[in-house]
Amino acid sequence: MRYNERELLCLARQPAEKAAEILMRVPKKGSVLKKRLVKLVVNFLFYFRTDEAEPIGALLLEHCRITKEEENVFSISFVEEPERKYCFECDSEEQCQEWIEALKRASYEFMRRSLIFYRNEIQKMTGK
Amino acid sequence: MKLNERSVAHYATCDSPADHAGFLRKRVERHHHHTHHYHTTSYQRRWFVLKGNLLFYFEERESREPVGLVVLEGCTVELCEAAEEFAFAIRFDDAGARAYVLVADGHAAMEAWVKALSRASFDYMRLVVRELEKQLEEACKSLAACHKSPRRSSSSGRKRHLSNPALLPLQEKPAVLENGYSTWGSGSDVPGGAACPDHDGGHAKPPPLPPRRRSATSGIMGSPVPSLPPAMPESPVSPESACFSKLHSWYGQEIVALRREWQERQKRGYP
Repeated sequence: MRYNERELLCLARQPAEKAAEILMRVPKKGSVLKKRLVKLVVNFLFYFRTDEAEPIGALLLEHCRITKEEENVFSISFVEEPERKYCFECDSEEQCQEWIEALKRASYEFMRRSLIFYRNEIQKMTGK
Repeated sequence: MKLNERSVAHYATCDSPADHAGFLRKRVERHHHHTHHYHTTSYQRRWFVLKGNLLFYFEERESREPVGLVVLEGCTVELCEAAEEFAFAIRFDDAGARAYVLVADGHAAMEAWVKALSRASFDYMRLVVRELEKQLEEACKSLAACHKSPRRSSSSGRKRHLSNPALLPLQEKPAVLENGYSTWGSGSDVPGGAACPDHDGGHAKPPPLPPRRRSATSGIMGSPVPSLPPAMPESPVSPESACFSKLHSWYGQEIVALRREWQERQKRGYP
């Protein structure tokens, strides 16, 4: 599938909603936790080697599941492949919870639901 | 750069409703040394599906996997002075980035696409949601001011309220387009029972949306709120509403009316 990689790379350079150095493991056999710069921009999570300007990869955060794993650890998986988990080990439980919250709200689908919700609430309250 | 392509392709083809869909002809961009010397400009007809800030295109409508994806952040959509009628272009702020030139079947289709694509960015959606969030808080404050019973704040302050959209069951029925493809029209009713959510203050940075809400009090629940018909009339404002000022003035009017109502009730000796 083709995609406008150049624009995605540009997006990766935009101000992030959230960014931190976190230990990350990809769902590949034999892969280990590696320190990555993880950056949330709109509904994409970019991850970089800590000393590089260009991301190694990007995860589109739609139809994904954010799960709390063991202490300080959360994972991202996608609905069609729930066993394939991207694991993230944070420095603290607090940081872990913050990322879980931020990622759960990072999808366009979530915003869409919020929009519908607010509109309905406003309609109810203003008597329309 | 890697991308979770399998998941992205799955998102493209799963039955979550699209914001827009239809056939468009896509100009073929040839990477040439002499890029300005097109002998012939050719177009490929593709089936396009817009979901959020992602524009997918398929070879055929029934194709099980997209041929390509255009991420719609940092772009503008404009009508095109190309040789083709009903042409429009997606251009990126990033200098030197290629533009996508697309051709619709007719004037109405072109307008609908330009409208849908102009509003597709995540940033735009986020602005709209934040604005609505503010309006809801305003409406809440106006309504809460009617009641004399003090508000009870929840002890832990961090409980999720049932009204949190993340927990609401979704029962929106997206509209069905002429060609049978379902899309999001303006959202329909979401089952509620949610009382006025209180804004949980103390966010350090741009808050995630929506903020956690504390439970509203029985004071608000117990008082006569203007009763609503079960089937809500169509809002003049929908996710497709272009104009911010329209949003502002529409909600603004409601708040003014609400305040007036409240003042009148006060005069009449509201219990």
